[in-house]
Parts: sequence; C-alpha cells; structure tokens
Amino acid sequence: MIDKKEIIPEDILDSIFRRIDEVERDLHSYITILKEEAYDQAKIIRGRLEKGEDLPLGGIPIAIKDIICTKGVETTCASKILKGFYPPYDATVVNRVKKAGAIIIGKTNLDEFAMGSSTENSAFGPTRNPWCLERVPGGSSGGSAAAVAAGETILSLGSDTGGSVRQPASFCGIVGLKPTYGLVSRYGLIAYASSLDQIGPMTKDVKDCALLLQVIAGKDDMDSTSLNVSLPNYLDACEAGDLRGIKLGIPKEYISEALDPSVAKVVEEAKRAFERLGAKICEISLPHTEYALPTYYIIAPAEASSNLARYDGVQYGLRIKGESLREMYLETRTNGFGDEVKRRIMIGTYVLSAGYYDAFYLKALKVRRLVKMDFDEAFKVVDYILTPTSPTPAFRIGEKVEDPLLMYLSDIFTVPVNLAGIPAISINGGFSQEGLPIGIQIMGRALDEFGLLKVASAFERETELHAYRPYGR
Amino acid sequence: MELKPVIGLEIHCQLLTRTKLFCSCPTDYVGREPNTIVCPVCLGLPGSLPVLNKEALKLALRAAIALNCNILRKTRFHRKNYFYPDLPKAYQISQYDIPLGVHGYLEVNGKKVRIRRIHMEEDAGKLVHPTKTGRLEGAQYSLVDFNRCGVPLIEIVTEPDISSPEEAKAFVMELRSLVQHIGVSDGNMEEGSLRCDANISISVDGKWGTKTEIKNMNSFKAIERALAYEIRRQIDTILSGGEVVQETRHWDDSRGITTSLRGKEEAHDYRYFPEPDLLPLTITDELISEIRATMPELPKARRERWKRDYGLGDYEVSVLSSSKPLGDLFDTCVREIGRPKEVSNWLQVEFLRIVDELNLRIEESVFVVPYLKEILELLDNGVINAQIAKSVFEEAVRLRRFPHEIVKSKGLEQVSDESAIREAVKSVLAENQDAVHSYLSGKDKAFNFLLGQVMRVTKGKANPAVVRKVLEEELKALS
Repeated sequence: MIDKKEIIPEDILDSIFRRIDEVERDLHSYITILKEEAYDQAKIIRGRLEKGEDLPLGGIPIAIKDIICTKGVETTCASKILKGFYPPYDATVVNRVKKAGAIIIGKTNLDEFAMGSSTENSAFGPTRNPWCLERVPGGSSGGSAAAVAAGETILSLGSDTGGSVRQPASFCGIVGLKPTYGLVSRYGLIAYASSLDQIGPMTKDVKDCALLLQVIAGKDDMDSTSLNVSLPNYLDACEAGDLRGIKLGIPKEYISEALDPSVAKVVEEAKRAFERLGAKICEISLPHTEYALPTYYIIAPAEASSNLARYDGVQYGLRIKGESLREMYLETRTNGFGDEVKRRIMIGTYVLSAGYYDAFYLKALKVRRLVKMDFDEAFKVVDYILTPTSPTPAFRIGEKVEDPLLMYLSDIFTVPVNLAGIPAISINGGFSQEGLPIGIQIMGRALDEFGLLKVASAFERETELHAYRPYGR
Repeated sequence: MELKPVIGLEIHCQLLTRTKLFCSCPTDYVGREPNTIVCPVCLGLPGSLPVLNKEALKLALRAAIALNCNILRKTRFHRKNYFYPDLPKAYQISQYDIPLGVHGYLEVNGKKVRIRRIHMEEDAGKLVHPTKTGRLEGAQYSLVDFNRCGVPLIEIVTEPDISSPEEAKAFVMELRSLVQHIGVSDGNMEEGSLRCDANISISVDGKWGTKTEIKNMNSFKAIERALAYEIRRQIDTILSGGEVVQETRHWDDSRGITTSLRGKEEAHDYRYFPEPDLLPLTITDELISEIRATMPELPKARRERWKRDYGLGDYEVSVLSSSKPLGDLFDTCVREIGRPKEVSNWLQVEFLRIVDELNLRIEESVFVVPYLKEILELLDNGVINAQIAKSVFEEAVRLRRFPHEIVKSKGLEQVSDESAIREAVKSVLAENQDAVHSYLSGKDKAFNFLLGQVMRVTKGKANPAVVRKVLEEELKALS
C-alpha cells in the first residue's frame, strides 16, 4: 500500500498509536514508546520514498524487544540493573531495519534478561495476553508478541534462547521464527546464553515474517558466529501452491498423554491440513528429547552467569554504594536482579565451578551433541518436523510463578531446536475451547528458512487462521 | 641438607599490533588520556561481541614457532571469570585447555629452559588510586582507565627449570631479545609491554618445596633482586624450622623486599568454559609455513654463524646481538665490505659510542655502511692514519658526509714524507731535552712521550710508522 502511495507512513503511525492509546494500559506490551522519534523518522522516510528509494520496510512500524540495543534509547532488559543504560550503538538488526526504512516505535517488555516463559518476570510489571487479559502472553518476548497480536505494531523483533520467540507467538496467535544459529547477527543483542540466543521476527503472518527475515539475515563482521551464506528470496517461499512431495515427521516423544487435549486436537487438525496440501506425514523418533530441558537448564544458566557478571555497578546502570568494593558489588547485584535471574546465575555459577564442571557442564555439552544428532538422523528421513509449540495454551497470570520447574516445562518443545541450532517457526494452528490461540511448530534443517516459510505459508493459506485477531481485528 | 632454588617464570608480552585483540581500537595506550581509546567491544558493553584480530594470532604463532613449541592445530578461547573493576566483562578472554603452543624451549647460555605453554589473552584495564604514592592505601576512591582493555598479550610459561636469579634474568633478557628480533613485541618492561611473574620454591635434598608467586618485577634488575631476596627469605624460613606458605607476594622495589599480597585461602575458581562468542580456531599448515617463511634468522643461530663464519669471540657476538638492528647493520656491513673482524670492532667501539652521543636510532643507520667502507679504504691506502680515521668516521656519521670529502676539505691526509717528519722530530727533541735525557738514561717510557709530541705538532697527520723510525734514528744519533 505504501509502495502504491495510497498510504503515507504518518497515517500508519496514526493508526498504530491510536491502537496503543486504546490497549496499552491493559496490555503493557511496551517498556518505552518512541512516539515523537517515530514521527520524525516517518517524515524522513516519506521523503526517501517520494524520491523513489527502494526501502523494503519503508514506513513500516516495528517494535524491538528491550534486550536489543538501540542507540540513544534506553535499553533495560526489563531489569532494574540496566535502568538508565543508553547504548551508544545500534544492534546490527536495528541498523538493518532502520536502513530498510522501518520506523522503530518502541521497546517491548520481556522477562528480565529474557529469563522466563510468561513475561511476568519483568522489573516493570507483566504484559497481558491480548486474547485474555487474565493470561500471560508467553515469554520471554511476550511484549513483542502481544504488541503484534493486538495491533500495537506491525512487525516486532524478539530473541529466542529456548523458545522465547515461538512460545509467546503461540500464546498470542502470531508468527514467530527462530532462525538457524548464526543466520542473524547477535551484535547488540544483550547476551543471555550466547550459544543459544538468536534474534527472530514476530509478525502477524508468514509473508511479513519472510520480509523481515530478509532484512535482518546475513553475515555481520561484528559477530564472529554469524554465517557467511547467500540468502534466497524468502518472499518467494510464500508463493508456493502445495506441499506435494514433502515429508513431515511427527516425533512420538512430543505427543504424550500429558499433552493438553486442546493442543493435541490442534496438532491433529494441523496434520490433516498438511495432508490436504499433499504433504506426507509420518511418525519419527527423537530419542534424547527428554534430556533436552535439563541440558538447557545447565548450559543456559552457565553462560548467563558469565554474561551477566558484567553488571557490577562500575561502568553503567544501577550502582548502590558500599563501604568496600565487595559490598558495592553485593548491594548492586542483590538489588538490581530479580529472583529468576539470581536463580539462574547461581545455578550457572555452580555448574561451572571447579569439581562440578565435568559432572554438569561438560556432560550437558555431550548431551547437546546427542540432541543435535537426533535431528540429523530425523532429517535423513523427513524434510520437516511438526510439533506443538507449547504443551498448553496461555496459562493464567501467577499460575506458575511460584513453581519455576513447572514454568520451565512450557519451553519443553522449543528448547531442543536451540540446542541443535536449527530453525523453527511457530504459527497459529487453531484455538482452544476458551478461544485461546494454540501454535504449531515446524522445525527444519539448518539454513532451510526458505522451506519453513514455504510450509508455514501453505498452511496459512489453507487454514486462514492468521486472520483471527483479538478485539476482532 | 642440600637447598636448591627452583624457579619458573610466567611472562606476559604485548603483541605489536596496531589494534586490540577483539576490536579495532588502537593499542598505543602509553601516555594517552584515560578512557580515550575504548569502544563498546573492549568496554564489554552489553550486546557487544569480540572479533579476533588475525594479525595478533599471527604474531602469537610467530612467537610459539620461535620458541620451538608444538603448534596445536585446533585451538580455542575460554572465558576466565572473576570480578574486578578493571575487567569490564567480569571475564577475561584467554586460552585455557588448548593453548597455541606447548613443549617448547629457549636456550640461555647453553642451557635449555623448557617452555610449558604459550597462549593468547586480552589485557585488563588499570586502576588509578588518587594518592600521593599511587598505591591503594589511604585512597578515598579509585578510578578506572580502560584504555589497556583488550590489548593483545601472549603469556609464556616456563617449566621450573631455572635455578638462580641470574639465570632468570638472563632468560628474560634472551626472551625479550627474541620477541623483539622476530617483531612480535617491543619488549619494553618500563612501559609494561613485557611483564614477568615468578614462581619460586626451595627443594630440600631433592624434595620439592612449597612455592610462592612474585609479582610486580618491572625491570631486569628487579627480577634479580626480588628472586635473590625471596630465595634468601625461604631458605631462612626453612633453616629456622619454619614453613614456607603458598601465597602471592608483591615485590616492593623501593624497600627491596617481597610482601604478602594474598594467601591461598583466597585461591580463585575462575570457572573457565569455552568462549561461545568466538568460533574454535583451526591453525592451517599454510598459515604456519607462511609464518616460517617470514621468520628472520633467530638470535642464537645468528650468533653461531658469526662465530663459525667470522671467527668472532663470545663477547663481540654478545654485543653485536644485543639488539636486532645492530646485528642487521653488522650483517649489511660485512656483506658490503667484508672484513668481519674489523667491521665488528668499528661498530662496537666507535659506532656505538657515536650512537650514544648523538642519540641515533640504530635501525635508521644504514647510511653508515658506505662511510665505514670508505674509512677502511682510506686506511688501507695509507691516506689517513688510524687516529684520524676515528675522528673522520665520527664526523661523517654526525654530518652525513663522505669521509673522503672530510679528509680532503680538512687536509687530513697522512704525511709520510720523511724529510718533513725529520724536521718535526728534530724540533721536538730540541724542545724536550729532559725527556731526551731520561730516554738516553734508559727510561724507555720517554720514547712514547716524544712520539706523542711529534704527532701533536704534525696535528696527528704524520704516519706513525715513519715517525717511529725517524725518531729512533735521531735518538740513536744523540746517544
């Protein structure tokens, strides 16, 4: 529409900010809203569009998870310890979306340092699910998911360490993609667990997801782990007609009797939809699935304990004075971090300490390799793997806060993907009886984002489920 | 009871790169305003990521190869976690289980000191305490200068093969000469680009003792003194029936003693684990042969060549190899002129004196080669005598003029004309009757005095051999 000059960027912003005014008080998707800056940007972008510049995201509003650095804009990780941190640089993804003409309208809420599955662990208060305000939007990119679902933005970026893009996408009925590790630069993404973290697009449909991925993917010299690969045109993936000749595997380990019946039903329906599209469905096995979660909860906290050690009150953010250096460190970190973050720092410190390293961390690395080999084996037989994204639809606020282990289980289907470094997408697969969206997850081979988008797009066209919005939008 | 010192060294060397180990900030922190050469990466700001400086890797490999190490082909970085205000990420990126090189050695005065390992790591920043002494005691607050953060270092760890303070000093000097020689580090101890820690214990009747670690020795002299002190201290402790405590000790150069810095109970658990932000490294054969191809002749091989091919002695060789530029100049001179013995003499005695007086940079002194060549020719042809040659050489270097021009313009050609010399001799004898008498009464020393007088009146230009002959003749005539 922008391309056809039917709409100018300011008009889109008007409607987005009107929506924010209506719903933000209920949802709390954002930590920071950049209204003035957005309109300033819109003016510039309009000028560039009028000059005929080719801007793939020209004038499109985007919200950025507040764990991704934005130059001159406070970036908090939803933590008290980073209050007042204004990064002097943009993350590479922020650079790229800006260059593509997108307009950053705000920084979205998250679980502190991306640790959590409900966006309740934010130092600035929880975000609510736009489909049901009593429920969580998922986490940790809950703010980014809720904002897209409720029409408070068109695009958003989240980060996914163990499912933090896909699980909230599932809870909010939107599209969330965790790309192959290394496809999207992590430069400027404040690290939680470096070997697992990956930035991913969160959008209302698959086409937007492809568009945004196209902009943010690709080699970055500032990130040594970023991959040097030539990118396909991801938008072409959304043109596919059917899925004939494609083999979809359903791992038996993911479909147990413990699965919420509404989720099981959605997977069953999805299976039939894929069959209608011509895909062949078969059962596969990923035998090390049961070890994925414990492995994740060793590796991620270990890296987190190291990554979060820099918040000591010396250079930036919160500092609470003490009589001695040691006391300053203790006071600052005691007051700056929330319970979940402290819990993971302690677990991580423990598993890395001398005498425990071999028993925990080293063993976890070995199991991680086994999990990856499971996928390698499976992809010799099938092209894609279909699973639920989360074992349940969005749960109630407060329901799992007191029981971290129960909370951790909501990432049980997403975590193996991060351990293996492969890509996976969550799209809306249907609704529970209460009308809550339920996501399905499609996993693919490393760097086969094109294929994932193709499968997801065909499903979307077949089911039209993405058209459902909360508040009738 | 047989007591023997056992010493191992850990040496940190700053690599001669333009930029830091993981970012593109400059490395020349000396004399810079605090916190002016920093960026998000070396400050460890949230979201920043390290990218390895390939040049640093090449230099580190160069050192590992020169130290005869086994190069490990698969290597990686680890994080060494600890809290300190000068460490902005609260971890140091270092190499741990797989260093670049292992099992090397460096020969010092004919003895092989084994190198246990050599690895790369980033430097930390530094704390500035606003007190008169610059020390922590009494400071109300401390300031942090992050300029040095991320500067590339190699750490070289020896086996405990060193048995005296002198040997330790000689080792560090040899190592410094080596790293300078191969262009890996400037090895400047005062500016901190070469830092040395030592582990010392005393073995009693061949049984190993408890070791202490000495830090803060920032000159060769300090290394020697600190080790001597610590050895004495440990021996005294043992002899008086006490026990050496395992601890880290600080060398106080002004007081000439070591003091306890921290004890074992604070032993660190660094929680090392593989750095996930950097990929493991594969060191290829191509890279190693590329480095070998550009490796200059190492100091030891060079010294042996000089002895073998040129017949130079130990002392001469050690002076010439005291710096790489001097050795290079010597080799160039010999290539152009030949006559290694004479060239060596000229460089060591005259040239080094002039360098000192004029504050010359040896590495910029190749212009000296044709001058020295001419000087030797002028001497060969009897145009000037040895005394004049020295002053002409000095002037040539000082003014950058060719010796033959100086000789010509100042009329310094040697006088060998016998009749002119005989005249000078006669007048000297006439004016120095006392000396003549004492010579004739058997005091041979007077001869040299008279000879000197003749040289003086001829302004040094007379051919000394002719003067000697004529003087002998004239004195004989008087007796």
